[in-house]
Amino acid sequence: MLNYIWAFMILVGVVYAAFTGNMAAVTDAALGSAQEAVSLCITMAGVMALWMGLMKIAEKSGLITGLASGIQPFLTFMFPKIPKEHPSRKYIATNFIANILGLGWACTPAGLKAMESLAELEEERGNTGSIRRASNEMCTFLILNTSSLQLIPVNMIVYRTQYGSANPAGVIAPAIVATLFSTIISIIYCKIMDRKKGGRK
Amino acid sequence: MANAMANFSNIIIPAIIFYMVAHGIIHKVKVYEEFIDGAKDGLKTVVQILPTLIGLMVGVGVLRASGFMQFLGGMIGKLTEGIGIPADIVPLVLVKMFSSSAATGLVLDIFKTYGTDSYIGMLTSILMSCTETIFYTMSVYFLAAKVTKTRYTLAGALISMVAGLVASVVLAGMM
Repeated sequence: MLNYIWAFMILVGVVYAAFTGNMAAVTDAALGSAQEAVSLCITMAGVMALWMGLMKIAEKSGLITGLASGIQPFLTFMFPKIPKEHPSRKYIATNFIANILGLGWACTPAGLKAMESLAELEEERGNTGSIRRASNEMCTFLILNTSSLQLIPVNMIVYRTQYGSANPAGVIAPAIVATLFSTIISIIYCKIMDRKKGGRK
Repeated sequence: MANAMANFSNIIIPAIIFYMVAHGIIHKVKVYEEFIDGAKDGLKTVVQILPTLIGLMVGVGVLRASGFMQFLGGMIGKLTEGIGIPADIVPLVLVKMFSSSAATGLVLDIFKTYGTDSYIGMLTSILMSCTETIFYTMSVYFLAAKVTKTRYTLAGALISMVAGLVASVVLAGMM
């Protein structure tokens, strides 16, 4: 995917510049942008190291596991048909917590395990076949994932710092409100679809 | 309201840092050593994304300097500006569905051109915080479960994206 997007940007950019006479500007942009990426990474290194260091403490102190068990009632509400002892619950909880805390590296592994585990749940239910349909749980899990659960937008704060924001952290509160809003809309949508398509099993 | 939000934004980071260190100490974690360990991981992540960032910022830079972005934005912007969505936001929303790092390239370009605290800068900041890479996430996760019929997932993901966009426009307007 990225191959095409990137090639599109470079190729269209150069061709368009050739026709509009912006070649000199493109030269400056290519060299300048590369340099700018490095200086951005230097700003980012400090904040990322700080954040990941704190997260390591949270991991070791059991804070993250504690949070994962804290959201169990929410999981029961969102996935009423997953049995209480099923391993998928643990993976889903870890994925949600990692998402909320913005731990990109921890989201995907837990998310993939959750999907595999939900696929096993489908097999246990006897839903096997050559064309695999997503279960209601899979749909709900993915919609919540794509609705963005991250509470503290660490990256955005870094970028804002780099580009001279008077208040880089000013994005946190509106971001939380916007994230909550989009997540609540997703929850409502999932609940409606769950009810509508629940009986087709 | 905007003032209350600013206050909350200001205290949240110190509060989190305090809570995590306190929780660690209470549970007898060697907080400093673990912090250093985690910080190393953080630095590794940054080093790993540096090449990506160089590639994508060059790509966006080239496309912008060529004048193509203004051309495209000018066309779409006429349709969207009436509802508070500036022309530069449109490609950002589209790209974000596929790739977070490509979107980052566009975000930085917007910050450079309009500043971070302008309406469009704030809108970009909030929007990127409340949306996800829909197509990337769906393809990777469904591949893991070997699912080919994704049913209502895409519709739900798009609805939540629109909800995030609406919330961002409203909130950025209040700032």
